[in-house]
Amino acid sequence: MLYHPTVARLTQRAILGRRRALILLLLPVLLIVIAIVVRVLVGADDEVTADLLGGFALATMVPLIGVIAGTGAIGPEIDDSSIVYLLAKPVPRPTIILTKLTVAVGVTAAFSALPTLVAGFILGGNGSRLAVAYALAAAVASVAYAAFFLMLGTISRHAVVFGLVYALVWEALLGSLVDGVKTLSIQQWALAVGEKIGQGGHVVSDVALPVATVLLVVVTAGATWFAAQRLRSLTLAGEE
Amino acid sequence: MTTIRIDSVSRWFGNVVAVNDVTMAIGPGVTGLLGPNGAGKSTLINMMAGFLSPSTGAVTLDGVRIWRNEQVYKQIGLVPEREAMYDFLTGREFVLANAELHGLGADAARKALATVEMEYAQNRRISTYSKGMRQRVKMASALVHEPDVLLLDEPFNGMDPRQRMHLMDLLRQMGAAGRTVLFSSHILEEVEQLAAHIEVIVAGRHAASGDFRKIRRLMTDRPHHYAVRSSDDRALASALIADPSTAGLELDRRDGILHIQAVDFARFTELLPRVARDHGIRLYEVSPSDESLESVFSYLVAA
Repeated sequence: MLYHPTVARLTQRAILGRRRALILLLLPVLLIVIAIVVRVLVGADDEVTADLLGGFALATMVPLIGVIAGTGAIGPEIDDSSIVYLLAKPVPRPTIILTKLTVAVGVTAAFSALPTLVAGFILGGNGSRLAVAYALAAAVASVAYAAFFLMLGTISRHAVVFGLVYALVWEALLGSLVDGVKTLSIQQWALAVGEKIGQGGHVVSDVALPVATVLLVVVTAGATWFAAQRLRSLTLAGEE
Repeated sequence: MTTIRIDSVSRWFGNVVAVNDVTMAIGPGVTGLLGPNGAGKSTLINMMAGFLSPSTGAVTLDGVRIWRNEQVYKQIGLVPEREAMYDFLTGREFVLANAELHGLGADAARKALATVEMEYAQNRRISTYSKGMRQRVKMASALVHEPDVLLLDEPFNGMDPRQRMHLMDLLRQMGAAGRTVLFSSHILEEVEQLAAHIEVIVAGRHAASGDFRKIRRLMTDRPHHYAVRSSDDRALASALIADPSTAGLELDRRDGILHIQAVDFARFTELLPRVARDHGIRLYEVSPSDESLESVFSYLVAA
């Protein structure tokens, strides 16, 4: 059994709890508003479309939403130790992690890939092809981000901070300055997948598709495996 | 018949030894785990519940290792001390989720909620519950699969007397039905009322084991220290030392206090007022100077 509906329901309600849902909605709404404004003021322009979808949607929105959904799928439960109620059950630990991952991927994709697609269509022109390319890249990135940040959630109480450091400092800042960093960037791997579809030179990755695919699979599978191991030996030190 | 065995178990956190070479078996019936705060009760319960690995030794359920073995939860129900639950759920949703995670359904959840008398508030969010209500919903979540073993960490904390009595009745019934029930507490009276068998833990060590009469006797037979102020400390001292129930006397002349060490509690409490009356001495103050639970427990460890 790889999926437990009860675990999924609890996780989904935890991630989409009031405050969190508002934060998750903020960036997609912003993206779509900008897309509408751009379309009205500039008209259909592939250059601008690529800038917005690549620079804002994929580079900023997807990782941020990934951090919130990925760490939120397990971090708070471990933090306040309410996860005891999940773990004191005869449910295999990998099932719990895979279920939580599924929900985190679903939420990340819904709040990032979907708005990217919509924004792309609003921007128009050649945008529909770009929209599909970036949306697909966002969907692929959603999987890897969710798995990676979920793992961070099982390792540290400060998973959100580490997640943000990875997304903003490593990928966004160092990734734009140091070439080597780009090879180790979920964003670049996802772009490699998008590049295949986008064509026309507006979607460009610094990593070749085969390498990117392998790295995506390795990171996703490795992070998921590690998270399940962490859960198997989760300890409660008690109040003493 | 389900038995949890703790076999030469120690657990340390860095340099701190929380549990020190403890061996005990918890069998059917109600067992009380008694000890002052910080004695290692929670550490022991966490190891029995599979949420902490022993540093050395083994914790088993009917011979099967508990650590990293989620199948044991078919037989174990756990009521943790921590308050945190899925506060955004209603009581009913929470207990139902726990039932589903055991592969059970709404019937089991309904039954568990009825057992703890929480049906009246089951559609309210847990975040609105009082401490006692939370405790009962936690209890329902642990009972939902009718486990052979029930582990409860300080279950009576925050309960009012009526809820406390109700929970005690429930645990007694479960014990009488042949289930293995273990609860921790730092209050002797609580343990005495409920547990047929008591295990005492002090400073991480297994200090005593037995029924409550034995534990009570161990606790009353220890040397008792009293501070006494009277109209004639010296005369009182000389009269008391003649009796075998006193082992030591010290006259503190500066503060005007007579320190007495009594070895036979029952005899001494009868002796002191009689001697005072016979000698025409007035007792101004008689106070036990070491009645804290910690001092009682530390005596047990030394014994």
